[in-house]
Formats: sequence, structure tokens, C-alpha cells
Amino acid sequence: MARIVAGVAASHIPAVGAAWDNGKAGEPYWRPVFEGFERSKEWIAKLKPDVCIVVYNDHASAFSLEIIPTFAIGCAAEFPIADEGWGPRPVPPVKGHPELATHIVQSVVLDEFDLTVVNKMEVDHGLTVPLTLMFGQPKEWPCPVIPISVNVVVYPVPTGHRCYMLGRAIRKAVESFDKNLRVVIFGTGGMSHQLQGPRAGLINREFDTRFLDNLTRDPQSLVKISHFEYLRETGSEGIEMVMWLIMRGALDDEVREVRRFYHVPASNTALGHIILENTRR
Amino acid sequence: MSLPKEYDDLPGTVVFDFDRARQGYHLNMFCMSLMKPENRAAFKANERAYLDKWPMTEEQKQSVLKRDWNGMLALGGNIYFTSKIAATDGLSFQQIAAIMTGSTQEQYAQMMLKGGRPVAGNRSKSEWKNRG
Repeated sequence: MARIVAGVAASHIPAVGAAWDNGKAGEPYWRPVFEGFERSKEWIAKLKPDVCIVVYNDHASAFSLEIIPTFAIGCAAEFPIADEGWGPRPVPPVKGHPELATHIVQSVVLDEFDLTVVNKMEVDHGLTVPLTLMFGQPKEWPCPVIPISVNVVVYPVPTGHRCYMLGRAIRKAVESFDKNLRVVIFGTGGMSHQLQGPRAGLINREFDTRFLDNLTRDPQSLVKISHFEYLRETGSEGIEMVMWLIMRGALDDEVREVRRFYHVPASNTALGHIILENTRR
Repeated sequence: MSLPKEYDDLPGTVVFDFDRARQGYHLNMFCMSLMKPENRAAFKANERAYLDKWPMTEEQKQSVLKRDWNGMLALGGNIYFTSKIAATDGLSFQQIAAIMTGSTQEQYAQMMLKGGRPVAGNRSKSEWKNRG
């Protein structure tokens, strides 16, 4: 039986990827960001997951406005790196796990989550920056990755409750896969940030801290946060945090926080990171 | 009938909903084309001619030519799409964010280093009424 053993949340700020790719990780501005992930890298290197499911959003890379799936799952064997306007990031292509991905689709559709199946897709910084933060610069990523893309670009995005319940359905799907795989699920994006308009630069440390606290203390309170509250309190792009709730929903009710990191600023954004382990392992 | 949009009260913010996505469809699809190096080169070589290949409104085209980043958003542009123009220009996300807020790069970077724009005083248009 496959099992989800842990969840990782991390912001996916493009400037963090650019800093890494351009050799600026040691500069005073960026050093604290990468140092904040050192122990997390050790943690995941020790855990050696067999598969990572990465919940992220596409930023007008694979999906333009032609097709806007609310939830999509990558079932391909490989996902090339997107050119987002300045050339593709110099990171390895992402290898998929078509067998488990296809299994998840069939299970969650029967659980009333109608994922869009994507068999050809480029992946952008939303997916690759968290991989860089957790795995550094390997020649190949250490395990297959199943991308789950969420529309958080065109409003309304799916509700926190819907995301949480999708996480539950993913957990059930993974647990009914008949191979022994240890799976880590990533929720990416956030935390508070606004990239656009005269209100750009909004950061809400209190909200973010409460959100991090409640991932263990009271996840049900997070599920109830309304869209308007995200927009008003965390900026127009802070609503990406609904993707963390897919990760949280895929974990057990009882989890233990093993790592937390929060840093302002990373470009325009409050960078947040947490690792949660299921207590039954 | 339309759905209530209480987010229209957020100051300095354009929430990119499906109505705006419809309004800005061609503007954003033009931006999307800049993901290809040959298209970036063609756009840089003659911006007007390149824009004329897209069924955008004249107002939308002018906002692009003038690099009126807030104007593009008001006309249905989305930041993840318009940022591809910025990338073509060699500008970072933080640089266009500074421009959209009307601050200098230095002022904006300092604000972020000091913890960012606080949420207090920035929740409702009524709180921005007395700003200069």
C-alpha cells in the first residue's frame, strides 16, 4: 500500500529561483532564504520519498486563457521546464509517475473530484522553485513528481473547503494504490503577497503566523477562511494559500510540525515554509 | 444578474475574475505569445506592428506601448500575463510592482525590507479617500 507520510508547504517565488540560478544564493539579501531550507533539505534527503505530489499553480505558462482547469493532474512521464519569458530555468526536467497519477485520477473522479487529465504540459516556477528549495541542484530530481495544478489566477479560485476535501480524496487514492510507496505532498504558493496595483507589497505577518499555527492546531478554522478574507487580509495573490489546504487535507488529522520558516521579504512576498509529518508512520 | 463583488471595495487592487478575463482575453494572449524568443524579438523590433496582429482594443494597445502597467490591469490584463512584457523588457516583478505603486525602486524595496505594506489602513477604498 502507498502512504502519504508528510506534507511540505513552501512559497514558490520566481525571484528565489532566479537568485539560485544566477548564483546569487550567497548574497546577503538571499542567503537567509536558502539557509532557512538547509535543515529541510536534510530532512527530505533522509526521508527519501518515492514520489512527491506537488500542488502548485501555473502562471500563464502551460495554461493560457484558452483552457482554465480548476484542478488538473499531470499524468505524463516527463514535464519539460517552461520558458516564462527569460528562457527556461536551468533545472532538470521533471519526471512524472504516470501509473500513480492515473490511479489517483480514477479514484478521485469516483469521489466526485473531476480532475482534468494533462498528458502534455510544461511546468513553471510554481512547481520548480519548491523543488529547488528542498532538493538543491541535483543532476536529476531524486524522485518522480506528480503535478497537481490549481487555478488561482482567475477568480473565483476553488474554495479552501473544496481544496481540503480534494486532499482527503487524494489521500484515499494513494492509500488504495497497491505498491509500497512513501509519498510526500507539497502545497506551494503564498504566503501573504500582492503583486499588482497600487496596493502591491502587502504583507500580513499576523495572518500568516496564525495560518501556520493552525495547520496543526485547528485546520478546520483555515478551511472556513473566505475568499474575501484572503484577498483583503493577505493581498490579491495570498489566496494561493488554498493550495496548502490540499496538502493539509491529504495528511492525517493528527500531524506534528517538524520544521517552520518564515521570512519577509523575498521580492514582493512573505516566504512561508512548514513541514508536517503524520504521527502514525 | 451578476454575483456580488465585495472585492471591488479593495483599494489599489484589480481582482482578475472571469469577467475581466473575457475583457482582457486578447491582451493576455498577446502577452502569452512573448514566451517564445522569436516573438519577443518580433515585438521588440516593431511593437506597434506586432500589436496590430492581435484583435485588441486601441486603448489596450496604447497601455502596452506606454507600459502603463496599472492601465493594462484596468483593461483586463492579468499580472502573470503582463509580467511577460516586463520580462521582455528585462524588468523584474519587483521593478514593475514598484512602478504600479507609484514609488521609486528604492522606496519600494525599503518598504519590503521593513516588512511590507501593512494591512491596516489598506482594507477598504474608504481608507484611501484622504490619500493625496
